[in-house]
This record gives sequence, structure tokens and C-alpha cells, in this order.
Amino acid sequence: MIPFTTFQSRVVPMPINNIDTDQIIPARFLKTTSKEGLDKNLFCDWRYETDGTPKPDFILNTPRGQGAQILLAGDNFGCGSSREHAPWALTQFGFRAVVSTSFADIFKGNALKNSLIPVVVSPEVHAKMFLLAEDALVTLDLAAQTLALPDGTKVEFAVDSFSKTCLLEGIDELGWILKQTPAIEAFEGGRALSVNTLG
Amino acid sequence: MREEPGAPSLIYIDLHLVHEVTSPQAFSGLRARGLKVRRPDLTIATTDHSIPTSDRSLPILDPIAANQVAQLDINCKEFGVPHYGVHSEHQGIVHVMGPELGFTQPGMTVVCGDSHTATHGAFGALAFGIGTSEVENVLATQCLLQRPSKTFKVQVDGTLKPGVTAKDIILAFCAKVGVGGATGCVLEYTGSAIRALSMEGRMTVCNMSIEAGARAGMIAPDETTFEYLKGRPFAPKGEEWDKAVAYWKTLPTDEGAVFDRTVTIDADTLEPMITWGTNPGMGVSITGAVPDPSGIADALDRDNVEKALAYMGLEAGKPVLGRPVDVVFIGSCTNSRISDLRAAAAVLKGRKVDPKVRVMVVPGSMDVKRQAIAEGLPEIFREAGCDYREPGCSMCIAMNGDQLQPGQYSVSTSNRNFEGRQGKGGRTFLASPLTAAASALAGVVADIRSIL
Ligand code: SF4
Repeated sequence: MIPFTTFQSRVVPMPINNIDTDQIIPARFLKTTSKEGLDKNLFCDWRYETDGTPKPDFILNTPRGQGAQILLAGDNFGCGSSREHAPWALTQFGFRAVVSTSFADIFKGNALKNSLIPVVVSPEVHAKMFLLAEDALVTLDLAAQTLALPDGTKVEFAVDSFSKTCLLEGIDELGWILKQTPAIEAFEGGRALSVNTLG
Repeated sequence: MREEPGAPSLIYIDLHLVHEVTSPQAFSGLRARGLKVRRPDLTIATTDHSIPTSDRSLPILDPIAANQVAQLDINCKEFGVPHYGVHSEHQGIVHVMGPELGFTQPGMTVVCGDSHTATHGAFGALAFGIGTSEVENVLATQCLLQRPSKTFKVQVDGTLKPGVTAKDIILAFCAKVGVGGATGCVLEYTGSAIRALSMEGRMTVCNMSIEAGARAGMIAPDETTFEYLKGRPFAPKGEEWDKAVAYWKTLPTDEGAVFDRTVTIDADTLEPMITWGTNPGMGVSITGAVPDPSGIADALDRDNVEKALAYMGLEAGKPVLGRPVDVVFIGSCTNSRISDLRAAAAVLKGRKVDPKVRVMVVPGSMDVKRQAIAEGLPEIFREAGCDYREPGCSMCIAMNGDQLQPGQYSVSTSNRNFEGRQGKGGRTFLASPLTAAASALAGVVADIRSIL
């Protein structure tokens, strides 16, 4: 994994609550066996007409939606299906953070494993960020766990400390768990006595 | 099993269920690292999402789906994972076939790359959905890193009235707390109305825990649980069975345990429920009216209700009852078990569905299908004018060609009414199998209680 570094970006506002993973990447694109090529169908049904032409009003089809790394979404982002295709599609499109007042649990876990930071802010900060000028730049510093807004305010956000270490140091989670193999083996040894197992 | 300072707990997984959609990239990851599946004996796979529900002897026409299905076969063979694939006599929707074969047992930790894994919580298992990276972690190590959750008690007391089912309990819960209302929580469903449910009803309830945002949903095991499990192919046998039951009896939550949050639902006054909007929390009782956004103070909330009503083509303040429907879908891991099919068949027996409505009945597994045949249910469905199909996820997720056309309305027994979930532009009303069957007969959203 590549270590996560501080970055500065414009913000792409999507003021919709409960954006579910079926909207982020519709199920018909999950027949793939690869992680690649999902960005072109990110928000597909909001982004394109039935004939495939881009809907001019949808934010990702406007200049503001291009080339930015922070998505600002309504409450409870990423609810629904566990598909990791959602953060894959978002990161392939270029996003490195999503800001909301809350995230669905599975999406949050999936995002952190793909260097996409789920940033939870208060409703006040959330409302204020929707008023940012189109070209306003926000700086995300993961080490400091802050979002720096153009007016100089720094907003702190919470990140699970283990995920943060993994992201900053480029540690991969599976590699870390594999190092616990002796403990796993010891547990399996003791578990032979337990009754609720299949193996 | 282990906690290190600064690291989340490592938990050991007793049962890992795998399906074709969320696993291929995980197996590729193992291959890239030269890893094996640590415990193929605690791992089972089935094919359910991408497969057609038409004649199984025919090849899969969609080449991308065919490739995904073939890939799971290849992966399972290479890594030694038992696979109940398309031609297996036990193939089925992962959350239907796992429990019915006796894989799911009380006290287990159960995971699957699928958000409806909470279904298995009906047995008093801690069961939750994971993403593909975690599928890879579990395949490789049988372990996951886990953060603590909050506890949330859902107390359902009283007696359900005729026409009101387990599905209505969970739709009422989702409507009460909202689609994100239980985020970060593990639910425990309890109370006399839960105790009175069959295992299949309990699975329906736990299945939709995720629709309120919960990580998992559980019901304490009791005699109903043991009765259901006894004699299932993978349940413990003989002396092992007695030991297992003795252990399972120690599992229920202590009397007086403190929960972070509690919500109560009154089963006595519960009515059949139906959703009107574009998430499962947007539900009302069948006789109720859809909300009027003009009465909502918060601008974003108001916008969202307006957007949902526009998508659904519904008028503010009017009931859903009586709205014409184009399709009725009876199936999915929420409601495709034998008791669901029996309930729908009892309504449809000797009657004809409205000829304008396409009624799809999709059993959840090959075992359900066999039992339905033994009970003569397919004839009842066919004589009533239904399209009775082969087991799979089907129009719950519309990956396999079973789908709504843009603008069509469906009463569905599945679990999600998100925009486009059942086909691009399709509009879904979630409801129980009884409400679905009654609506199939009437050609409009109907109240089952009017024909009981
Ligand atoms: S039936 Fe629907 S919700 Fe259940 S596993 Fe299949 S796609 Fe998912």
C-alpha cells in the first residue's frame, strides 16, 4: 500500500442523504471479476441518460465535479450493500476522501482499506461546507486528523487509530494479521474442544 | 481472541460463506500473495446472484455473468472450498441454504461478503457482512479485525394479528429508526412476539437489520432454534448434539443486561407494512399515507422526501393502497423460504392473479424447491398464473436479467427499494409475502386483511 499523504482539493457537493452503494455503483456492474474499470460507471444512473449520454446537471458531469478529490455528501453515506466496488469506483474516479455527518459501517471499513478517508464532521461544519465557493480549497491532513477550511478553521475528525497507522505507513492489514499466525494457531489448538464448530 | 495495544481485536470466524460476486478479487489476492485458504473446512460457497432463474440445463447467455460463475468454480476447486454451485442439489441463496443445511449454529461467528449476513443472527450467531478485502483476510487467516459495536435492544411484545408477519415487524422497525438509525449497533430482537416466531420468521427479521444500518441482529437461541437445527445435514449428531445444546443454552444475554439503546414495537397493534420511498426506512402501514414533504422542517430531509416521491411517482399525503402494480416478486433471502411460499400459496390457491401483473415466485434454494414440489406448491402458483422459477437472488438485485422496466411498479418481498435496485428506473414497494400475494390478485397494492 502507498502511504497516505496530506492533500489539498476542491470539494464536490452532493447534498443527498442516505446515498446507498447501489447508487454509487449499480449491481449490474458487479459481474466483473476484476477491481478495475469501475470509475466509468460511478453513480451511473444519476450520471447518464438511458442512451449513455451524460446528464448535464449531474455534478460529476460539470467542471466542478472533475479533478477534485473530496466528495461532500449527505448523511449516512454508503448504506446498503457491502460491495467494496463502491470505494473502488470512487477512488478510481479520483476521490481520496468523502465528508459526511455519518457513514454506514461496512462502507466505512471498506473505504479505509482502499485509502479513501471517511471524514465525519458535525452538522454545523457539514452545512458550512456546502456553502464553500466552487474553487475553495480544503486541506486534509490525516496525521493531524484535520480538515483545514479556506477561512482558516481547522476541523478535527476521528479515525480509528489502527487504520490511521496502516494508511500513513502503508501497512497492509492482511500482512499484519498474517504476522499473528502463532496466536491464531494457538487459538485453533484450544478450540478443538469447543462444540459449535464444523471443522 | 487477541487484543494488542493500538490494534483492534482479532476475532476468529467459525463459518465463512462465499458467493460469486464479492469473492473473485479476494481469491485473486490470495493467488498474488501465494496464500492458501486457511480453513476450507469452515468455508462454503454457493452461486446465487448472477445466475439465471430459468432452466438450469441451459448455458448462461450473459458472457460476463458466465465468466463470474465459472470463476467461482475454478477458485473453489483450486483452493479446496466446498461449492454448492449451479448444478448442486443444495444450491441456493447463501442466507437460505447456509441455515437450512445446518451450517449456521448458535454462538458462532459468521461472515460473508454480503450485507444480509445478519440473517444468521436468528440462531444467536454473531453474523455480519464484510467487504472483499475482509473476505480475503478471512480466507487467508480465518480472522478479522473487529471494533466494538453499541448494543441496541428491539423489544417486540404482543401477538401479531392475522395478516401481519415477521416482515411487517422488521419494516416497522426500519420505519421507526430510519435507514441509518442503527448504524454502529448490534441489535438484539427480543420479546414475546419474537419468541413466538418460527426460525424462518426470525431469519426474515434479522435479515433486514442492515436496512436500519445495524452491523448485525441477533435473537437468543431457544427450543425453537434447537428444534429447527436437529437433524439438519451439518448440525451436530448424537452425543455431540447433546453437548452442543447444553452449550447453546448458556448463550442468551443475561437478564437485566444494559443496552445502549432500546426501541419497542407493539405487535398487538402492528398492521401490514409497505414502503413508499427509495430506502427501506421509508415505510408506512398499508392503510397509512405517504408523507407530505411540505411538513418537513429540515431542507435536506424535505428535498430527500421530494426526490423519493418524484422517483416513485407518488403524490404526497396519499396512501399507497390501491396503486396499480406491474410486477409482484416473491423471493430473496428475506422471504423465499418454504414458509414464505406456503403463505403466498395459501392466498393464491384456487384464485387467479390479475392478468396485467407479472408475478414471479423464486424459491430460495434447491431444498426449498424440492419441499415446495412435495407440497404441490408449484402447481398452485402456476394455476394462479404465476411465473415459478429456479432458485437464486433473481429480481432482488436484478443482476441476472430478471428485472423491472423503467417506471414499472413492483410489490416485492425482498429487502431493498433503492433507486434502480430491481432494474434501472424500476419502483419497488417492499412488503410481506401475504401483501405481495394479495396485490398480485388485485392488480393493485392490496391489504391482505380484506381477503382473509
Ligand atoms: S437475495 Fe438479494 S439481498 Fe439476498 S443475498 Fe441475494 S441479492 Fe443479496
